[in-house]
Amino acid sequence: MVSENASTSPTLFSIERLSVAFLRRRQSPFTAVREVTFTIREDETVALVGESGSGKSVTALAMMGLLPKYNADIASASRVVYQERNLLRNDDEAWRRLRGADMAMIFQEPMTSLNPVFTVGYQMAEVLRLHKGLSAAAAQARCVELLDEVGLPEPRRALARYPSQLSGGQQQRAMIAMALACTPRLLIADEPTTALDVTVQKQIVELLKTLKARHRMSILFISHDLALVGELADRIIVMRRGEIREEGTTETIFSSPRDRYTQALLQCRPRLDEVPSRLPTIDDFMAEVSAEPQKRLESAEPSPTPSSQGERGDSPPLLEVSQLKKSFFKREGLWRRHEIPAVKGASFTLRRGKTLGVVGESGCGKTTLGLTLLRLHRATGGTVRFDGQDVLSLSDEAFMPYRRRMQIVFQNPYASLNPRFTVGQSLLEPILLHRMAVGRSAATTLALDWLQRVGLDREAFDKYPHEFSGGQRQRIALARALTVEPELLVCDEPVSALDVSVQAQILNLLKDLQAQLGVSYLFISHDLAVVRYLCDAVMVMRDGEVVETGDVDSLYRNPQSVYTRQLLEAVPRGRNQGTA
Amino acid sequence: MTEAILSSVTTVAEKRGNGFWSLAWQRFRDDRVGLVSLVIVAAFLVVVLLSATGLVAGNWNQEVAIHDAPPDLWGLLKPAAPAVVENAMHQEQVTPTAESIEEWKNIEAMLSATVVDPLADTLQALGADHETVAVVKEKRASLPFGGDRWGRDVLSKTIKGSQTSIIVGLSAALLATLLGTVLGALAGYYGGRIDDALNWFYNVFSAIPYLLLILAVAAVLQQRGVTTVILILGLTGWSGVFRLIRAEYIKHRGREYVQAAHAFGVPNRRILFFHILPNVFHVVLVNISILAVGFIKAEVILSYLGFGVKVDEVSWGSMLNDAQGELILGRWWELVAAGGAMALLVTAFSLLTDAMRDAMDPKIQKAS
Repeated sequence: MVSENASTSPTLFSIERLSVAFLRRRQSPFTAVREVTFTIREDETVALVGESGSGKSVTALAMMGLLPKYNADIASASRVVYQERNLLRNDDEAWRRLRGADMAMIFQEPMTSLNPVFTVGYQMAEVLRLHKGLSAAAAQARCVELLDEVGLPEPRRALARYPSQLSGGQQQRAMIAMALACTPRLLIADEPTTALDVTVQKQIVELLKTLKARHRMSILFISHDLALVGELADRIIVMRRGEIREEGTTETIFSSPRDRYTQALLQCRPRLDEVPSRLPTIDDFMAEVSAEPQKRLESAEPSPTPSSQGERGDSPPLLEVSQLKKSFFKREGLWRRHEIPAVKGASFTLRRGKTLGVVGESGCGKTTLGLTLLRLHRATGGTVRFDGQDVLSLSDEAFMPYRRRMQIVFQNPYASLNPRFTVGQSLLEPILLHRMAVGRSAATTLALDWLQRVGLDREAFDKYPHEFSGGQRQRIALARALTVEPELLVCDEPVSALDVSVQAQILNLLKDLQAQLGVSYLFISHDLAVVRYLCDAVMVMRDGEVVETGDVDSLYRNPQSVYTRQLLEAVPRGRNQGTA
Repeated sequence: MTEAILSSVTTVAEKRGNGFWSLAWQRFRDDRVGLVSLVIVAAFLVVVLLSATGLVAGNWNQEVAIHDAPPDLWGLLKPAAPAVVENAMHQEQVTPTAESIEEWKNIEAMLSATVVDPLADTLQALGADHETVAVVKEKRASLPFGGDRWGRDVLSKTIKGSQTSIIVGLSAALLATLLGTVLGALAGYYGGRIDDALNWFYNVFSAIPYLLLILAVAAVLQQRGVTTVILILGLTGWSGVFRLIRAEYIKHRGREYVQAAHAFGVPNRRILFFHILPNVFHVVLVNISILAVGFIKAEVILSYLGFGVKVDEVSWGSMLNDAQGELILGRWWELVAAGGAMALLVTAFSLLTDAMRDAMDPKIQKAS
């Protein structure tokens, strides 16, 4: 996959001392990108890797001339050179001629990048008619060719469809086809697979590789996932806080990273082939460099050594689910209802103090399963026994004590906290509702105590959720769920929306809290590596059905079903992290 | 003084700093148009308050000047009309007034001639009293905003009229928003049959032409006046708010923070009004403002058509109705006063609404 001539081919794009600042009202400008310099050669895949806020997308947008004019300030010394011209001096018309024809971009969310009210064919033909001046018929023929090339089945029919009628992967293929319409020299792909499932991600990555080889174009691939980038990039540029930390060929970055941050990024992501008892975090690596000392939770250090490992399977069952079914009903006309099954009969057992991972691709029913267990959805059939009691048959009042014993943490920490509540209000409500403490002052003390246990300051109490980062918000959500001392915590993709480094912190925290409190987790995730790190047992789901259940080690080592094997193979392994 | 109020609010906002409302206020402060319109609307409200307590324009119904006194911004006492009017209108201008005075006198004469009243003496005394007052009182030849047919001060009428119009507009807006919010919240949050029933109710309501509905309500209530107009407007105007709030609740009821509250077993009532309502309250607020503007206009139209306030009350609408006939005679000032005041308030109110909406929606960024 490495182009032989990549290191010697002529430079296609060079970015010199690019600095971008965003003007803010009542505050000094925020520098998003600082003095970034790199080149992209012809026929080369360059990857920009970094966490959110590292400036990688801003860099790409600056190269496309797509930064908002009213608040983005590009330093005058910055240059983006293409064909011996500084593109940053371009006027709108010159940019328009360039975009689509010489450089094209695909985005993270294919759904929102395609216009929902036009057919895919119309949108693709528009590009061809504008840039190439093709007739409608010629454009149509070329579209079919392109869709065929990106591997969309039945291209002719796909052209007549609206974006919402295609799946996420198909949409992204259509986007790629549109980007390729005028055979650009450079394709900028901004997190093109982040919103997709692992198996689809693998297909898209393969597609990009093939297309690059066939058209001899360059790709600037932007991602937060170093392992993924390792599968297709020739060169990797690691960015953090608007600056380039390290640049090198993929081999050197993976085999001998010089920069601490790069090392940290490589280490802090859980892997399939190796399960450490604790994940290293960025802060462990950056300890000496970091300006603000991070407060680690001393109290939550795993004092009890994982002795629980020895008694695996011995603890009594906490949750016994059998043939749980959940269907949604869509109304058609006045009376008829159309049944859409989401969970088609799931059975499993979760033991006290253990973690069961539920794995599957989007739409497999894993989230519905979690919500149905907690009676946030009404089950269509089956039984759920919690501590021996059939909880689905209880009345709402009788179920109330179980609401305390079973809790949930959601995927999106930006949506799971009420934006108009202070953190204190969010924590006090469950405490007072379930009488975890008597009186307001005792409740406040308890809430502050929980904030501390999840690694937050007391000052957080009076702040609003929007003042916190994603990781901190997830800590708050965790503290809120734990205030009522639940025995079961359903974790619905709790780290999917977070950066890898933050992900490591939250995963460590979850492990520590389990060791302290003996709480059981039902851990729902699409990320097999994360599940491998955290869980004792795994359940694989597909289309609402349980495909395979088993002990974590045996399932990963020796997957029984074809589907599990496919999932495992699709996980990106980077360069030398593979099955060596 | 306004400055002082504003700056004190500012310091409070800077101290608290991070709540939704103080952030919105910080954004609002930067909007000069919004601030100016806020000051104008506030000024109107102060005037309404003063007039409602009778401190200002309490004597709007009294004859303080000569008939059709012309506007004169200096408000100086001038010799009576003939000196001012020299054009062809002169004759016609005087005649109708004279005729009506003549008529009044005739009626008075008839009354005193035909009715035998045991209280006649007392009435006579009162009448004498009245006469003395009338004689002592000096009628002004001109007024700042002019006078109407009966010599009433147009400025006072405008102020009293704005009291009626604004009180009607605001109260009807509050009533409609309250109804729309509560019903919309219930429909959006519970969905299912409750939603169906409320939607049906809403459809029926919005299918009836609202002028007909107003006539019907007026007929049922057997009376006209400010309260009736408020009730009519409030009861017919909630449907827009209902739709919006219902949509907001449908959006929010699936949000994870609501799910989290359900997971703790927080009662529905609390989720409805304590968890979700603050998150949609900016929509409610903007709607009160939009509705107030609409209802102020609606009241004017109703009163203009004669469906609105009673004859002994005054509103901008009834002023416009009065002014209509006088305009042909060249007396423009009542029309300008009522129309100008309404235009100023409605414009300021609309701009204030826009500014509020911008301030409360951080996603709207203005290109500068």
